[in-house]
Amino acid sequence: MRHGPLGEKPHPHKGRTKDGLAGGEVVARVLDETWSDPPGFLGWFCAVNHKAIGRRFLVTCLVFFALGGLLAATMRMQLSRPGNTLVGPDLYNQIFTMHGSTMMFLFAVPVFQAVAIYLVPLMVGARATAFPRMTAYSYWIFVFGGVMLYGAFFVNAGPDAGWFSYPPLAGPEYGAGKRSDIWAQMITFTEVSALLDAVIIICTVFKMRAPGMTLNRIPLYVWAMLVVAFMILFAMPAVALASSLLIMDRLVATHFYNPGEGGDVLLWQHLFWFFGHPEVYLIFLPGLGMISAMIPTFARRPMFGYTAMVLSLIATGFLSFGLWVHHMFATNVPELGKTFFTAASMLIAIPTAVQIYCWIATLWTGRLNFKVPLYYVLSFFVILVIGGMTGLMLASVSLDSQVHDSYFVVAHLHYVLIGGAVFPLFGALYYWYPKFCGHLMSERLGRWSFWLMFVGFNVAFFPMHILGMNGMPRRVYTYPAELGWGTLNFVSTLGAATLAIGIFLTLVNALRSARHGEAAGADPWGAGTLEWLAASPPRTCNFAALPVVHGRDPLWQGVPAGQVDHVCGLAADVREVLCTTVADAKPDSRMIFPEPTPAPFVAAVATTVLFVGSIFTPWAVVWGSIPLAIVLVWWFWPSQREAEEELALESTEELRAEQA
Amino acid sequence: MNPGVHDMLSAWGPQAGHVAWLWNVFLAICTVVFVALMVALFMALRRAPRIDAPEPPDLGTVNVPEPRLRRSVATAAAITILGLLALLVASVFTDRALARLPLQDAVNIQVTGHQWWWSVKYVDGAVSETFETANEIHVPVGRAVVVQLAAADVIHSFWIPSLAGKRDLIPGRSATLAFRADQPGIYRGQCAEFCGLQHAFMAFEVHAHPPAEYERWRRLQVATAAEPAEAQAQRGKQLFQSVSCAMCHTIQGTLAQGKKAPDLTHLASRRTIAAGTLPNTAGNLASWIADPHRHKPGVTMPAIPMSGEDLAAIVAYLGTLQ
Repeated sequence: MRHGPLGEKPHPHKGRTKDGLAGGEVVARVLDETWSDPPGFLGWFCAVNHKAIGRRFLVTCLVFFALGGLLAATMRMQLSRPGNTLVGPDLYNQIFTMHGSTMMFLFAVPVFQAVAIYLVPLMVGARATAFPRMTAYSYWIFVFGGVMLYGAFFVNAGPDAGWFSYPPLAGPEYGAGKRSDIWAQMITFTEVSALLDAVIIICTVFKMRAPGMTLNRIPLYVWAMLVVAFMILFAMPAVALASSLLIMDRLVATHFYNPGEGGDVLLWQHLFWFFGHPEVYLIFLPGLGMISAMIPTFARRPMFGYTAMVLSLIATGFLSFGLWVHHMFATNVPELGKTFFTAASMLIAIPTAVQIYCWIATLWTGRLNFKVPLYYVLSFFVILVIGGMTGLMLASVSLDSQVHDSYFVVAHLHYVLIGGAVFPLFGALYYWYPKFCGHLMSERLGRWSFWLMFVGFNVAFFPMHILGMNGMPRRVYTYPAELGWGTLNFVSTLGAATLAIGIFLTLVNALRSARHGEAAGADPWGAGTLEWLAASPPRTCNFAALPVVHGRDPLWQGVPAGQVDHVCGLAADVREVLCTTVADAKPDSRMIFPEPTPAPFVAAVATTVLFVGSIFTPWAVVWGSIPLAIVLVWWFWPSQREAEEELALESTEELRAEQA
Repeated sequence: MNPGVHDMLSAWGPQAGHVAWLWNVFLAICTVVFVALMVALFMALRRAPRIDAPEPPDLGTVNVPEPRLRRSVATAAAITILGLLALLVASVFTDRALARLPLQDAVNIQVTGHQWWWSVKYVDGAVSETFETANEIHVPVGRAVVVQLAAADVIHSFWIPSLAGKRDLIPGRSATLAFRADQPGIYRGQCAEFCGLQHAFMAFEVHAHPPAEYERWRRLQVATAAEPAEAQAQRGKQLFQSVSCAMCHTIQGTLAQGKKAPDLTHLASRRTIAAGTLPNTAGNLASWIADPHRHKPGVTMPAIPMSGEDLAAIVAYLGTLQ
């Protein structure tokens, strides 16, 4: 019998109970006990279970969505008639900056990561996300960043230079006060969170898939999230760099963006849009993934063109990094270079078109179970296609020179982002709600909500195309009556109100159904992917026995005769997980996962102190790193008990070998 | 007040005309594709049988190729690529047409964007022929205009929808924009890049005149300000030079030589004040000087406390600056 490096002895009891279907409910209970978070108020800060974190993360993002929506409603009210004085220019500038920043950084990107933190382990047949404590840390960092931003807004220090924060307007000379510093640090917070979540998703997908889930059997939604995670890894550092340089310009008088001292304001635009354009695609690729999950279920057949779909997702991910200059066609970058970006922007329409054709082909040959999620999916076809076409118009250098920075762009981006992300997200909400709450949402209320949203959205945003062509620029807090923009703006405000009512109905539906909804079994839609194998809501350990996969839609295709259908033999009383190989998902190794701890929360607090402090003084980076280092040392300090448990697992293996 | 033409599709010059043509091409192709896609979707929905409960899935297609579907999707993709190519070619040809605007005998203007107004400098000819104005650009019909763009503080964007596409004015960088107006008229323009508090009220006007009328206007602008005849206006001139007005504004031919704010040498000849915010009337002028922040909150011009009598004198003087 071996001992640990410090002479630890194997734990006397641990590692003897093994998982698997043979153990029945008794072992399943042991597993639930092992994987559960500590109870009580303090336990809440220690949670590392991916479902707990994912649920909180999702609710937090939806709260930010609601706040961003209220800001949008205020803007629509201000613009509903010419010369309105509901809000003045200073507040209006803060509001539209907050709206854009909230929707981009606190809702659109994180909400899909939140859903992925919850769903991806279930869909790949795992018991946890990779790096559970990091998952918790990234959630807390995200919350603190959002709270800081809104805290600043409520004390009239909300950023006011736009979500794109162009210097010199956001620079030291013209961006007075701490407003732009708050914005730049909010980027740092959400950045850290997004990058960590990307790493978590990549590792979960690559190393924790159920045996048999080879690369060409991964559900399309998981593929989409994998591509998105890689895009985040390459796109986000650009904006982190940009915002760090900005805060240095403002705080320690560097001159990166100061043309008077040899800096360049266009440097900001290149860095920002090198992130900003992939951002659009990393917002709408998860939506595509969700659609690819829902269409086969409601068309009752496997997805047509799986390989083409995967390649399209990957192609979109690559191409999205080659388009950023089409946000800068009005600047004086070389004309020939601009033409290249026109061509690249047109090119990226092809993979999206291929996916749309594959979905139509799937619907064409299916039998349709017309439920609310399918309504949202179909609305995507109408809205996103219009948004894509106006996108082609914006991709043309000369056409863009007219419509750029006008309300045409406002219309375009909302068609793309609401059509490409929010409508699929709402469909996904209706679709996966049972997996979160165990009940189905009301179909009737869902249809009402859908139609109000669909009509409201189009009434709100379609007129903006025309306003833009009539010359209405973006980001104006009001406009003179003589220009005749009043009527369409009023119509748009009515549409926005309708859209808001529609969204509110879904909220009511979600709250009501949590109590009164029809109970959903494990698989209420008859879907084919693994998350529907788990109970609704899933038990703490997700699966009493990890499944073994034999096809792309394992629940539909079943297990061929004579093949294994589940994994057994992992420890049930220790957080032991199975790692599989990247390409073929063959069992590779076992790993002990960490237990709940308040360390991520405390580390997030320490990080927050450092980040917020560095808005005011560069020394915060120096002094703030000391408590952070102490917390991190505590976090990563190896525990004797873990070493003992690990030894116990090995020793029982030896025991078995001896017995054999 | 008629605000002037302000619409990208009612094109009154070749540059905006080319873009309007391109818009029509894009709109036509995109409409056809959109309708085709909607028809395909509609047919798919019509065709597919409805079920009300999750029936067992159709697994006949697992590991079985579907050549008909594959052909349809491939054909659709190929047509998409052709359509995109057509758009690309149309776009590039429009870029070329825009770049080929004949520039001989062009009028050269320097436009500088400030928070939140435009200074306009006519730079053709000898130094004695150059002059400066603000927020109002006059051009001869049928002659190209080359605008050199610069920014004094933050990024702005120069946009006259009925004449040409926009161009950013970027601190530390220079850019040019060329356009031509083919019909006499008033064309409205506005800053298109968010530039701070009063981005919404940073407009300007382009007045296109027949050549003779343009020449008359130019002669008038080159001249220094006329000496006021009436006593009240004379007092207004004295006041203008002695209170803080002269710190920022220039009136050629007087002691007022400030460079921070619009040149007022021929203020009375302009249609609007405060970058298109108000029609240029004596009442508006008085109200503006008394409290600029009431009309344009956050504007850099301060409210100068002065008696009603002094204010009237200054307004009377400014009214003489034809």
